[in-house]
Amino acid sequence: MNDGMIIRTTSLVKIYPLGEQSITALDDVNLDVRTGEFAGLVGPSGSGKTTLLNILGSLDVPTRGSAEVLGERIETLSHRKAADLRNRHIGFIFQTFNLLPVYSVYENVEFPLLLLGFSPAARRKAIQAALEWVHLADRAKSRPSQLSGGQSQRVAIARAIVKKPALVLADEPTANLDAENSHGILRTMEDINRELGTTFLFSTHDGKVIQHLRRTITLVDGRVAKDEVRSGA
Amino acid sequence: MMTFLLKGVLRDRGRSLFPFIVVTTGVFLTVTLYCYIRGAELDVVRSNANLRHGHVKVVTRAYAKDVDQIPNDLALLGASAQIRDLEREYPDLEWVPRIEFGGLLDIPDAHGETRAQAPVAGFGADLRTPGSPEPGLLGLANILVAGRLPEASGEILLSAGLAERLKVGPGDVATLIGTTMHGAMSMANFKVAGTIRFGIGALDRMGLVADIADVRKALDMDDAAGEILGLSRDGLYRPDRLAAVAAAFNARFAGSGDEFLPVMQTLRDQPGMAMMFDRIRDVTNIILGVFLLAMSLVMWNAGLVGTLRRYGEFGVRLAIGEDKGRIYRSLVAESLMIGVLGSIAGTVLGLALSFYLQAVGINLAGVLKNVSFLMPIVIRSRVAPAAFVVGFVPGLLATLVGTGIAGRGIYRRQTAQLFKELES
Repeated sequence: MNDGMIIRTTSLVKIYPLGEQSITALDDVNLDVRTGEFAGLVGPSGSGKTTLLNILGSLDVPTRGSAEVLGERIETLSHRKAADLRNRHIGFIFQTFNLLPVYSVYENVEFPLLLLGFSPAARRKAIQAALEWVHLADRAKSRPSQLSGGQSQRVAIARAIVKKPALVLADEPTANLDAENSHGILRTMEDINRELGTTFLFSTHDGKVIQHLRRTITLVDGRVAKDEVRSGA
Repeated sequence: MMTFLLKGVLRDRGRSLFPFIVVTTGVFLTVTLYCYIRGAELDVVRSNANLRHGHVKVVTRAYAKDVDQIPNDLALLGASAQIRDLEREYPDLEWVPRIEFGGLLDIPDAHGETRAQAPVAGFGADLRTPGSPEPGLLGLANILVAGRLPEASGEILLSAGLAERLKVGPGDVATLIGTTMHGAMSMANFKVAGTIRFGIGALDRMGLVADIADVRKALDMDDAAGEILGLSRDGLYRPDRLAAVAAAFNARFAGSGDEFLPVMQTLRDQPGMAMMFDRIRDVTNIILGVFLLAMSLVMWNAGLVGTLRRYGEFGVRLAIGEDKGRIYRSLVAESLMIGVLGSIAGTVLGLALSFYLQAVGINLAGVLKNVSFLMPIVIRSRVAPAAFVVGFVPGLLATLVGTGIAGRGIYRRQTAQLFKELES
């Protein structure tokens, strides 16, 4: 894609078999996301937000239609190529942080760089920068169990951005945080989006997140019901 | 990356210490049990060989036919010459003459009148010739309860049970009333040198051990021997090789019908022995097999559980960009490392205990009080070469298989499914 689009879905359908029946999680989803957007998939539980995020993150494949991310057609990727796409270009942020508990903050952030084969010096530099972005440079040696929820989510953000991915997918990133921490986290992500040009796509139904989004794509029953760009964005 | 993963293994006790302890314990128990059961099996063979049958036995054909009746009238004559021939022909076997006999033991009072009497089952062995292997083969020093071993002519050992019943002890006089090999009545006075406890029901009730020279004199069996036992010098019973030796020996006399010609029989040829050894081997194999299977299932299960509880972690690693093959290989490598280290540790501990039990054994006198076959009181482990590797079956193989099967879930599940498990 050389038209500035980082994500493009065309007639995307995802059907999950359920015994003899099936559930249509996504139904004819057509969506374009430009590089550098700060957008969110919103809608009630079961509307297909996480399913769409999983497909765009190459963790799942569509039943029909096409999902193109960074020029790669997800439905045609092998496991290895999908892993490579995630490894090089996509960062994930989860609702429950999902830090590896036996590793320190530094080591959690280091993991994606090890997979990419960064040299020790390059790793140190990138980790330092990522931790400074999330204001946790002084907690590098702490273990996840020693951090608050807000701090843990900041480490998860640092882990997602340390390799400077083009796209960050965040699934309900504030669901386990209080209002103050939620806004803090979102401001950090906004800063990263602005400074580094990283595209953020959220899945959320949290009003606090929606306040910060510059574009909201509302999903209802697996279809795009509304796609709004906030004025001034 | 390997260092990173290793750090994780070492820090997460659920991935390192716990499986290591499980594998070590399982392997330790497997090795120890294996050595002890094999030791018990060998001890039964050794007891029967040393005390009664030898690894091979030379008797007359006629004696062999009625061996249950201990027919000393059909004993081998010119035993010394026959032993010399056997020693020359089969130098890797140690040849010793034995005479088994039955009789009545009479205990006189101070006036020479009978105070007590009891039937005895005795045997004569070369106890006094310097360098004779018999005291060692019979383990007399270890089973001596009171007194000492015979040093002079006319001294005997009585089983402790018999001595108790007859109320005699070291220094007392006893008269053996029996039958000579020519069918005449014989009476001979002996002095009790000591008492012994075999730990075998029948022998402890009525056992008597005397020097073979005294028995020959008492039963008029000059240079005769009921049986000449052959025992491997290294103590190992090799049934196939000894069967071939016996067959070759017997083939020499195949053309003659003389019932006083010698015949060689192996330990397995003795009444009931083949069945007993086969039964013991079957039972021990079943015990070991069941135990090995149980341990393997435990290890397999540990591998399964250890992997299943980490599906969430795999979800994170997949999301970060690690591919499934790499995760699977790292999982198997971890399991291999734990399996190897646990198997080595368990084997070392198991062998250490087995070497100790090989030296000192476990005294099972209470348990073996009423056994009817020859079985030593102290059962010792036997550290055989297989003991060095047997623990690796449950320790390494089962752990790897368990992990490998559980790890296949990484491939079989959709990536998004692993991801969901991570979120749940």
